Amino acid sequence: MDDVTTAIDVVGLRKSFGHTTALDGLDLAVREGEVHGFLGPNGSGKSTTLRILLGLLRADDGRATVLGRDPWADSTELHRSLAYVPGDVVLWPTLTGGETIDLLGRLRGGLDEDRRRRLVDAFELDETKKGKAYSKGNRQKVALVAALASEAPLLVLDEPTAGLDPLMEQVFQEELAGLRERGRTVLLSSHVLSEVERACERVSIVRAGRVVDSGTLTELRHLTRTTVQAELREVPTAVEVGAWPGTHDVSVEGSTLRLTVDPDHLDALVAALAPRGVTGLTCRPPTLEELFLARYRTEAHREEVPA
Amino acid sequence: MTTRLAGLGRLLRLALRRDRVILPASVLGLVLLSVGSAQATLELFPDDASAVAGLGDLVGNPAVVAMYGPISAADADALAVFKTVMMGAVLVAVLAVVLVRRHTRTEEEEGRLELVGAGAVGRWAPLAAGILVALLGVVAASGLSSLGLASLGMDPAGSVAFGVAWATAGFAWVGVTATAVQLASTTRGAGGLAFGTLGAAFVLRAAADSVDDGVVHALGWASPLGWAGRVEPYGPDRTWVLLLGLAVLVAGVATGLAVLGRRDLGAGVLPARLGPARAARSLTGPFALVSRLATGTVTGWVVGMLVGGVVLGSLLGAVGDLTSNPAMARFLEALGGSAGTVEDIYLASETRFVAVAVAAAGVALVLRLGASERSGLGESVLPTGTSRLRWYGAHVLVAVLATTLFLLVIGATVGVVGSLASSSAPGFWATLGAFAATLPAVWVLVGVAGLLVGARPRLAPLAWALLLVGFVVGELGPTMDLPGWLVDVSPFAHLGQLPGGDFAVLAAAVMTLAAAGLTAAGALAYGRRDVA
Repeated sequence: MDDVTTAIDVVGLRKSFGHTTALDGLDLAVREGEVHGFLGPNGSGKSTTLRILLGLLRADDGRATVLGRDPWADSTELHRSLAYVPGDVVLWPTLTGGETIDLLGRLRGGLDEDRRRRLVDAFELDETKKGKAYSKGNRQKVALVAALASEAPLLVLDEPTAGLDPLMEQVFQEELAGLRERGRTVLLSSHVLSEVERACERVSIVRAGRVVDSGTLTELRHLTRTTVQAELREVPTAVEVGAWPGTHDVSVEGSTLRLTVDPDHLDALVAALAPRGVTGLTCRPPTLEELFLARYRTEAHREEVPA
Repeated sequence: MTTRLAGLGRLLRLALRRDRVILPASVLGLVLLSVGSAQATLELFPDDASAVAGLGDLVGNPAVVAMYGPISAADADALAVFKTVMMGAVLVAVLAVVLVRRHTRTEEEEGRLELVGAGAVGRWAPLAAGILVALLGVVAASGLSSLGLASLGMDPAGSVAFGVAWATAGFAWVGVTATAVQLASTTRGAGGLAFGTLGAAFVLRAAADSVDDGVVHALGWASPLGWAGRVEPYGPDRTWVLLLGLAVLVAGVATGLAVLGRRDLGAGVLPARLGPARAARSLTGPFALVSRLATGTVTGWVVGMLVGGVVLGSLLGAVGDLTSNPAMARFLEALGGSAGTVEDIYLASETRFVAVAVAAAGVALVLRLGASERSGLGESVLPTGTSRLRWYGAHVLVAVLATTLFLLVIGATVGVVGSLASSSAPGFWATLGAFAATLPAVWVLVGVAGLLVGARPRLAPLAWALLLVGFVVGELGPTMDLPGWLVDVSPFAHLGQLPGGDFAVLAAAVMTLAAAGLTAAGALAYGRRDVA
């Protein structure tokens, strides 16, 4: 690895289970110290990728490097520097939550006592309950506390908030922010877009075993139109606006003009609106949601068209 | 009533679909056990006179009766089934426990019942489906055995009575398990209750049957296995005993339904307890974790070994009463080996019996590795810096240590109690040594389980098949005239004749090496495969 700031580097990863292809040449790069969102719908290959990065599964083809190590060959060494929260947390039915946190911490090589105490309080976790008595959300809290209280420089989180309520999600977001300040690297797999949008600097969108887009949110947004809604004293006709460069989906309703515009032409659009007496203007960058759907639509479209 | 049972038909079909292999295979195995061993014995002793001459004294002996139940020694038919009545009744009861539990508490614990229960399914329907499948298994095994025995030309009424003995035990444990799965909140807990009851019932009837009359003998009527034994097929044919089994079934099902009507989904009656907020200092590594998780099971087995040791040891006093009937001596020699006194021979055959049971515990402990992988628990441990070798090794090591402990505990107990019960019993060290000498065979099965779970966890149940072969071969091989290669498959067939005879040093060394090799191969394979 010539780029020392890369925490996870994956090139052309392939994995099939029987006749099912789970990963079809997946590339992924996560920089050290960033919170990286790994987005995709169910069955797109997120968990398979994470399991390969953990050395639980062996890739059929391609190369994966995690913290400079081969996750299959050096899995034990690698695991001392990472903490993992599985998507479906299972606890030992006879061990209490507190015992499980301690055990996982010790297996990993220790955890920060102060942080452990603070996290247990923040997540309002009853540590004395046995594993079988916890709800899904509480099982997830146990695994999260164990991972967040560890000293590991890399955290791999597989849909960690799936069972958490909004209050606890807020706690989780604050913890993520804290991790980022401390320079930890986090790979956060999710299909909850708002969560990724709040927490992640960079995002990779995966579909059908391949990363279809990767970059900062600004970069990704750049490729997608901005939604504009303007209140005007002099309303032009829809046809007129539609003829301006870079405008799409134009509609006029009373004094309200709605349209989407390519980011490169936003400048020109604002200049064209200014002389018409703007009384209200909202200009919204695409939400990740829209970004996501746009990517999916084009991908799906491409697949439908026979080559 | 109908709303409480809504969806029963569908659940029943689902259960039968899931059991389409295990159910017919178990029933077939049980029928082969009863009919096959009867046929082999009848070939050995074709008429009443030769059978009574050969086996008559044996089945009258208190030690043998304690193991196999009372047998009417009057004719060849009764003697042809003397081993399979009680052994089969226990196995039918085990089948009943497994089938009921599998479709009720296991489904609930693993969350599938929540999915099913949210549909248009009555509150009673899942339990009812489990009970019906288990009853089907019990009736099929018992009924087909009756038909099979009658088809050998054995007395029809006695053949029916044989099936009744099995069905009595089966019905009783369907009822017991129907309650157990409601009381305990985990599969393992329910199994502990149901199998614990089975073990206690066996010990109670063994003690009761070892004496001919009096209060202790009457106590046998408190054990459903005692009822099964006292049917005495091809003798008194007490088929009315079936009513007692049915009564337990009805009572157990009624209790189960009553508890079910009052408890929450996922809960039991035995409350979930709180535990420590922090882990003990000792809970640090994979071995500490695996042994901590096995503590309950190991404790239960140690208690079982102590009780079993007291029973076996005290029966040593009765064995000496066996006369030196040459035909019977031949039979005993075939069973336990040809060396030493009658006490030695008796003990040698019992060590094998115990070794198979202990091997079952060892296999179960190793297979927990596969279970943790299936449940997703392994996914919590392996990404923590615990190497696969240590995780695998922890499971095998716990199994090896636990089985060693069990055999030493029962060996020491039999040694102490035996020398108190009989002056001609083998000494303490000889007894302990005889039990310890079976360890290599036990370890081979632990190794097989390790290899299977390491390489192909889906094939891991094959370890149980090998264990069953070992059990059947050990118990019935000599009388059933099984093919030599099948006998050789069983590691238990290669043990020496201890106590009293020689320790098969070479075989023991080879088996220990084989166990080590199997374990190592499993470790290698486990390090190389995907962990799902």
